[in-house]
Amino acid sequence: MENYNPFSLKNKTILITGASSGIGRATAIECSMLGANVIITARNEERLHETLSMLDISERQQHQLILADLTESDEIDKIANNISLLDGFVNNAGVGMSKPIQFIKEGDLKEIFSINTYAPVLLTQKILKKKKINKGASIVFTSSIGGNFTVTAGRALYGMTKGAIHNFMKYCALELASRQIRCNSVNPGMIETPLISSGTLSSEDIKIDMEKYPLKRYGKPQEVAHAITYLLSDAASWVTGHALVIDGGLTLK
Amino acid sequence: MDIKDFVEKFAEQFEETDASMFTPETKFRELDEWSSLIALSIIAMVDEEYDVTLKGDEMRSANTIQDLFDIVKNK
Repeated sequence: MENYNPFSLKNKTILITGASSGIGRATAIECSMLGANVIITARNEERLHETLSMLDISERQQHQLILADLTESDEIDKIANNISLLDGFVNNAGVGMSKPIQFIKEGDLKEIFSINTYAPVLLTQKILKKKKINKGASIVFTSSIGGNFTVTAGRALYGMTKGAIHNFMKYCALELASRQIRCNSVNPGMIETPLISSGTLSSEDIKIDMEKYPLKRYGKPQEVAHAITYLLSDAASWVTGHALVIDGGLTLK
Repeated sequence: MDIKDFVEKFAEQFEETDASMFTPETKFRELDEWSSLIALSIIAMVDEEYDVTLKGDEMRSANTIQDLFDIVKNK
């Protein structure tokens, strides 16, 4: 029983986007600790190198770093060309934006859809087209409860991009099932990441918002990473097309 | 930047509150119509009109419209 671990990611190669901070970084670390060879990508060189230095190598894993801006289609090509065959793929990179509808501009739409929606769709497309993904692989999308399970005033832009990803995940799950490739999403509530501390909420607002959560706090990146590693692992081998909610009970209300 | 103009643009974010209620001394958080969505509208208005990105905590530190004007002016 000593080596029994259905959640192990040993000998799996896993690509993670948005790995320079927050959920992406925590996921990269957890994947490495479960034995995976991790390929991390993001646009911030310094922080991405920082993530690389935090990865576990006790199983002699080979980790790889690819600096790329997912809003540029040739950079998406660069990732697809430079990766080895994947057993797991975490479409995680994303940005937030809070604006009442009357202030939405075409540029805002382009900016947020480009990173939150177009990039995961196009990167998935490229990886499939170039046959860089193994039979039996697992694809995980970082979606959100926002737009899918909750609707918050001022969050239309963000919610629309995450709603689109939620639906794309289901089409992926159906189309790739014949190759035994599973597709799922994680849908976090508020997580303590740089996305919120630099945002439009004041510390007072955050305190009030936290009270809405039955568990009385925001989540930690690692708590989402654990859900992602579960979906990547063989423990989830009959789970596909599922949107896993991780929200401290918020949507119970 | 002109305070009169700022007060006017601030007032435009409200639907129910009469324009006469808005002066530089108005404690905007005490207005019945004040909400987190209006707070977001003010942040978006400041970004659009003055090209200044207000953080939630800066918004919070202002009590009157004049306070907020001063924060925006000094950024």
